[in-house]
Amino acid sequence: MAEVSLNNIIKRYGEVIAVRGINLNVADKEFVVLVGPSGCGKTTTLRMIAGLEEISEGEISIGGEVVNDVPPKDRDIAMVFQNYALYPHMTVAANMSFGLKLRRFPKAEIKARVERAAQILDITDLLERRPKQLSGGQRQRVAMGRAIVRNPKVFLFDEPLSNLDAKLRVQMRTEIKRVHQKVKTTTIYVTHDQIEAMTLADRVVVMNDGRIEQVGTPHELYHSPRTRFVAGFIGSPAMNFLPCKVERNGAGLVLNLAENLSFPMPADLSARYGKAVGKPMIFGLRPEHITEPRGGAPGEKSEFTANLDVVEPMGMETMVFFRIEGTEVCGRVEPTSAGGPGQPMRLRANLNHMHLIDPATNLAL
Amino acid sequence: MTTIAAVAPAAKPLKRRRSLARDRRWALIFSYFFLILFAIFFLAPPYYMVVTSLKTNREMVEITSNPWLIMQGFTLEHYKNLIENTDFLIFFKNTIIVTLCVVAITMVISVLAAFSLSRMRFFGSTAIATGVFLTYLIPDSLLFIPLFQVVKSFGLLNNYWGMVLVYPTLTVPFCTWIMIGYFTSIPKELDEAALIDGAGYMQILLRIFIPVAFPGIIAAMIFAFTVSWAAFIYPMAFLYRSDQLVLTVGTVTSLVRADVFQWGSLMAGALLAAAPPLVIYAFLMDYYIAGLTSGATKG
Repeated sequence: MAEVSLNNIIKRYGEVIAVRGINLNVADKEFVVLVGPSGCGKTTTLRMIAGLEEISEGEISIGGEVVNDVPPKDRDIAMVFQNYALYPHMTVAANMSFGLKLRRFPKAEIKARVERAAQILDITDLLERRPKQLSGGQRQRVAMGRAIVRNPKVFLFDEPLSNLDAKLRVQMRTEIKRVHQKVKTTTIYVTHDQIEAMTLADRVVVMNDGRIEQVGTPHELYHSPRTRFVAGFIGSPAMNFLPCKVERNGAGLVLNLAENLSFPMPADLSARYGKAVGKPMIFGLRPEHITEPRGGAPGEKSEFTANLDVVEPMGMETMVFFRIEGTEVCGRVEPTSAGGPGQPMRLRANLNHMHLIDPATNLAL
Repeated sequence: MTTIAAVAPAAKPLKRRRSLARDRRWALIFSYFFLILFAIFFLAPPYYMVVTSLKTNREMVEITSNPWLIMQGFTLEHYKNLIENTDFLIFFKNTIIVTLCVVAITMVISVLAAFSLSRMRFFGSTAIATGVFLTYLIPDSLLFIPLFQVVKSFGLLNNYWGMVLVYPTLTVPFCTWIMIGYFTSIPKELDEAALIDGAGYMQILLRIFIPVAFPGIIAAMIFAFTVSWAAFIYPMAFLYRSDQLVLTVGTVTSLVRADVFQWGSLMAGALLAAAPPLVIYAFLMDYYIAGLTSGATKG
């Protein structure tokens, strides 16, 4: 059993507060990703779990035991660092076995564990090499191997893929997921890359300014963001935000985006967004929900014409950028349907996926 | 319809530029010129010493002889005189003992000091690190009078073990400073990884830092060796019995009697005394350079 729980964790550096009261429970064998922009406190939180930073307030427990005053070596954790942190003067095998030797494991067991980890990570051929003879991806594998051999209660990953090139990052992402499926160990993973977070995590913790914005499965965060920050941070390209007004029109609601641009709201959303009537609101819609009219009857009420500013062909789809009342909006359309920049294009907003955010609280309704 | 092509200015004819290869050739010519100049400048004194130590006394004092050449045959009489008629071998032995002890003491103190100052952040550690370096800036000519009292109070006056006590005041600050620079260049994650792996501070120092910072340690050792081997003022002030003297002072006091300078033997003694540092430099030069330039190239 190795749940990790954080109870009201606060970290202060003098006057600066880096982490402002975090509560989080990570279940046994769960893969949790802490994601957020630089300086949001995610790495500090991870380092507090590792015991590399002291906790200003609150309580961290690993496997039911409070570890606030337990030194890192006695927390039974293993950590993979962004810059690998391999011991440069040791071979791969020595790097992996260093922790076991310090803990005075029998030689035969050390050998067996190193070989097993090397097999899992496919680095058996590299065991006698030194770190500088390895590529970035191989080094990161060795760093993971060093963590695996210890068979710890918790794996901590601190932006392990940030130093790799884009292609290798995708490969290693899969590798990490594969390793977690083989070696079922509680894992806490820090990244600023939301795609990494979405692809790896059982649950994602979105952090901002030292606080948790939302905890949920990748699906929940993507489809039901609780705050404007989460809505904007998760998803690439980011969600479009436009100021709007909601008005009543008979039994239904109407969404006013501009003087000449208003859409009737789908009937099943009317009840949910009824309380927004008359207040200034922020309308949020992901680019994939602004497309060319597909299948819908011509002249459907959520169709509109936009003058395209920029067109970005991506191969399987094309990004189109245009402005509504001065705010840039992005849509994703079929490559064949997009015109050139400066040309008008007929588009359709799929309001079934819309979000309304109260600008006063930045919370989604 | 685009008009960009129409309004683009006509391309100006390219100016003839000096080729990179020609620039490089001139740079090399300048480099070689100055390197050769400096080599001559620095190698002339040792050459002069070799020539003088192999000349007969007669040739040396002849006003018409060329001081840079041996015209009247080689002789080893100066070396023989040095070894048979002076306590040169005792000086040599004393110097080796003093130097080895000083190097050992210096390295233990400065490696431990540098590790704690660079890695175990504590109140005032930065101020102490600066303070350590500032002590290096105090010239030994200012220190030898108070140190005389210290050495005397330990009963080590006129005893080469007194040098083992005082030389580290010269070597420890600079070696600590070199090691602080080197340890600081080791990524912090390395000790954090070791901490998580289960190492204590002493294990981190012995099993990670010392092997990784080995070039820096060699550089510091060479520095301590050189300072200790070549120190002059302290032994001059604190030692005066022939069986306790070290090479630098011993050679001079034995071979300069009032206004009689035994130049041949002086040069022979200086050459033999310079041999060990020379050999050590030759073998460890790569480490020394890597150690002193660590901050420049290591990320």
